Amino acid sequence: MSGLAVEAAALGVLTGGVYALMASGLTLIFGVMRIINVGHGALVVLGAYLSFVLFRQWHIDPFLGLVVTMPVMFGLGVVLELVFIRPLRTDREALSVLVTYALALGIEGVLGLAFSANFQQLSVWYESAGVQVGDFHVAYVYGFGFLLSVAMLSGLGLLLTRTTFGAAVRATMLNRAAAQLIGIDVAMISAIAFGIGMATAAAGGVVFGITTAFNPGSHYDLISRLLTIIVLGGLGSFRGAIVAAVLMLVVQDVTAVLWSPTWAAFTFFALLTLVLVARPQGLYGMRVRE
Amino acid sequence: MRRTLLGSAVILMLGLTGCANAGGSPGAGSGKPVVIGVSLSLDGDFSGDGKALQQGYDLWAADINARGGLLGRKVQLKYVNDASSTQQVVTNYQNLITRDRVDLTFGPFSSLLTIPASEIAARYGYAFPEPAGGGPHVFDRGLKNVFFVQPAPVVDNLVSYAKWLLALPADQRPKTAAYATEDDPFTQPQVDRARSLLEAAGVQTVSNKVYPAETTDFTPLALAVAQSHADVVVLGTQLPDAIAFIQTFEQQHYSPKSLVETTGPDQGAQFSDKIGTANTEGLLVPAGWWPDAKTTANDQFVKGFLAKYGGDAASISADAAEAYSVGEVVQQAVGRTNSLDNAKLIQAMHSGTFSTIQGNMAFDATGQPNGQSFLVQWQHGQTVPVYPPAVAVAKPEYPKPSWQ
Repeated sequence: MSGLAVEAAALGVLTGGVYALMASGLTLIFGVMRIINVGHGALVVLGAYLSFVLFRQWHIDPFLGLVVTMPVMFGLGVVLELVFIRPLRTDREALSVLVTYALALGIEGVLGLAFSANFQQLSVWYESAGVQVGDFHVAYVYGFGFLLSVAMLSGLGLLLTRTTFGAAVRATMLNRAAAQLIGIDVAMISAIAFGIGMATAAAGGVVFGITTAFNPGSHYDLISRLLTIIVLGGLGSFRGAIVAAVLMLVVQDVTAVLWSPTWAAFTFFALLTLVLVARPQGLYGMRVRE
Repeated sequence: MRRTLLGSAVILMLGLTGCANAGGSPGAGSGKPVVIGVSLSLDGDFSGDGKALQQGYDLWAADINARGGLLGRKVQLKYVNDASSTQQVVTNYQNLITRDRVDLTFGPFSSLLTIPASEIAARYGYAFPEPAGGGPHVFDRGLKNVFFVQPAPVVDNLVSYAKWLLALPADQRPKTAAYATEDDPFTQPQVDRARSLLEAAGVQTVSNKVYPAETTDFTPLALAVAQSHADVVVLGTQLPDAIAFIQTFEQQHYSPKSLVETTGPDQGAQFSDKIGTANTEGLLVPAGWWPDAKTTANDQFVKGFLAKYGGDAASISADAAEAYSVGEVVQQAVGRTNSLDNAKLIQAMHSGTFSTIQGNMAFDATGQPNGQSFLVQWQHGQTVPVYPPAVAVAKPEYPKPSWQ
């Protein structure tokens, strides 16, 4: 039984890494733009479909296909920010929920027309092949997904901490108005941040599409998980998103195998409530004085 | 003041439009089509099944219209999307009945949605023939308008499976079994019934998990089943979890001697494409219909389906056949009563036998069918009935081969 718990915990860490990648885009967008992008789940599903098209039409491996899908999603993100988010001048946080929800419904509708409601999956060789660790067989896809997450999150971390652009992003995250005053082009930073958020969604979408059968409606369950992660981690915090994602998956997976799947979500949410009572800003969030 | 006046004018206009709509009865005049309202899950968890139901309903409507329609009037299906939501399905039927004034209603996908939807239909006296809501709770609410158009009540779906396992020679009979099911009114009663039968016969339960229907990550659950090393596995699944469990079993190199799933293996190519046709070999699913069944007009249904939607016979979802059968039952009830009056149709459907592509069926006072479901197995890339012997066209494969 304890062996099973260790396996479930290991699985939680590996899948948690992928969720961290998906949630990092969401937390970046919130941090920079102060908007809650409830369409992020739909963007992950869109990323999975883009990889699916490359894979089915041209037999391009989904991980290699990221070379194409991430720039495409980045570009699309910049356009979406310009068209849908930038016009929001007042009450951005509340209005952004409505606008991005509409965006999610729009994406779901278009995907439904293009691909129908049938479930799809990226069937690649490393989905079932893997390595034996004790009694446990780890499929390569979980390892690849975890490595991709580590690489992308490290890259993102370096971009934010070691470059001038990163400094501008962090300044915008800390205080949008002050950043504007010292000459940072906050509008451009926002568009790029939205694009980066979508590019990470594309990367997350690949692993999601390999490990899960998905259809255009798959984003509802996904976004509820991603929002929970960034609330626990602290809105706008990368470190928080990573820790919270891993914590969520480990707690839920271990509860599911040792006790009951019915109590898995409850146990996690009980933990979330306790954390929020003690730290309303989440694990790594900052209290903001407006 | 101007704004108030403008607002009042708009409200007045809307009110008048509403009255105009309410005044026109779509049922009047023989030239008007017979409008049948259906809420379908075109998004969300059941969207795969919702699409398949739509294919079945559309095909029936095309067939009946080619033969002159119902009572000489063309049939027109009015679909609304419920996104697999129990709230939306209620709103949809409420609107279909009170606003759109449809002549008849057909049911949605799943017991989960049929339960609240049928209450609405009952409130307005509409007959509610439905293709996919067969859980016990559909029938225990004292409603007289529900008719489950499948051969057998869902709770008994896995009885054939349990009987077959227990009829195996003593040295082959499984000693241990693992169970996992969604907490869904369709899946859980079937799995519980099978478990009680197998436990009573001495098959030890080594794992038993019930998971919320909104679960998206099935890997830890499948891992728990795999680690139990049970001889046989009984899963209460819809399509996505049916696929996910098999993929994890494959990853873990765990191949039980027998694996049955409540839904998934009956979904044709949607299922076999995802896990690979070679891996379907030996998988079991309870069913009330299969493409080669020698039931009335089934060959025409299959031919018509392939002509309209393409693919091959093995790719036809049982959902489509079930939806088509709903149309057949209603068509016969309308023919017998020579009426579209819902009260008369309810009475007619409670008496007599109806011929469908799933076989002949009759309904008891609660709307449950009186037949028996059978066990279908994937063999050489196709599904064939294997139990009970009366309907079997092939011997069941046991144990099932290892994953490819």
